[in-house]
Amino acid sequence: MSTSTLDKPVVPETIASFTVTFNIRRFNPEVDDEPHWQDFDVQMYPTDRVLDALHKIKWEQDGSLSFRRSCAHGICGSDAMRINGRNRLACKTLIKDLDITKPVYIEAIKGLPLEKDLIVDMEPFFDSFKEIQPFLMSNVAATPGKERVQTVAQRERFDDTTKCILCAACTSSCPVFWTDGQYFGPAAIVNAHRFIFDSRDDNAAVRLDILNDQEGVWRCRTTFNCTEACPRGIQVTQAISEVKQAIMRGRA
Amino acid sequence: MATTLEAPRSPYARSARKNGVNWEKWGWLYMRVSGVLLVVLIFGHLFVNLMVGEGVSALNFAFVSGKLADPFWQIWDVAMLWLALIHGGNGMRTLVNDYAATPLTRGIFKTAILAAVVVLIVLGTLVVFTFDPCPAGAAFADLNPKFCSAL
Repeated sequence: MSTSTLDKPVVPETIASFTVTFNIRRFNPEVDDEPHWQDFDVQMYPTDRVLDALHKIKWEQDGSLSFRRSCAHGICGSDAMRINGRNRLACKTLIKDLDITKPVYIEAIKGLPLEKDLIVDMEPFFDSFKEIQPFLMSNVAATPGKERVQTVAQRERFDDTTKCILCAACTSSCPVFWTDGQYFGPAAIVNAHRFIFDSRDDNAAVRLDILNDQEGVWRCRTTFNCTEACPRGIQVTQAISEVKQAIMRGRA
Repeated sequence: MATTLEAPRSPYARSARKNGVNWEKWGWLYMRVSGVLLVVLIFGHLFVNLMVGEGVSALNFAFVSGKLADPFWQIWDVAMLWLALIHGGNGMRTLVNDYAATPLTRGIFKTAILAAVVVLIVLGTLVVFTFDPCPAGAAFADLNPKFCSAL
């Protein structure tokens, strides 16, 4: 009997799952007077994300849990929230990277008006984004049917700040933004940087003048909270410093 | 019933840009420049006072008055005094801007900081330039720096 046989039945490898406790800061404006913490136990795999836990809670335990998410793959920037005290995208935070011996604390990002559970009013954030005029302003018309040509080096100059997905993780981690109602916040300055250092744009001076405001870039305290919070790995504090230097020089 | 939470920060209208000096910009630049100068001045001060020669045990009235009689150290100390107090005062002003919520408390704290800075700068400058290294009287005879006896 030389035919090879299966000596042992193939047992599919079971992946261990475990119970994780999530402490979520709930607020329902129709019922509650103030936000409160509520805990949920969820069965999770290490490869699951915090967003999966929120889905499980919403779909299986409490349908009233409210949060924003759209693409669920770290591109749309809808699900920035404060996970264990740090601003993260729920869809990019893996369970295996969290300490699950203790409850995982999840709350809405700070500094913006809380509307319900994990949802905040993003308007103040987008207002300061609009103020820096985040669109191409060129003095020369492009050749019809052609692109505006740019060298690799010219593109590289502002490559880092093109990655911004406007999730507000940086702005809502900034202690100056929390306390100063006028400060633009890191995200707006990052997006100004993206156009100020773009060789195709001709209105850097206008944006530098806007950010040279008393409450513009000079309120930045270089605490690096924004760089630490950015889910896209943008060197936010460096971008702000480059804008400061550009203002001192008077040009991009 | 619908509860609306108090807004965490109140975005107020940006005040129209006043033409003239942008104090926030120059304040920021001052912090950078004075910071670098202070690193040299303060560590130089500490090195000369605490490490050179006999070190910390050499510190006495004669040592200090000897230094304050030397124009080089007069300039050094006054530069340190002005740079450090304005640097510190500006830093405290920033903290007040960050944490004092109402215009009234901001005003009170900033006035207090400004008063403290001005008083200390005036007092310190007066001391450095009007200091008498050789006070008369027998009680000071042993304490005075050596060059006093040559006067």
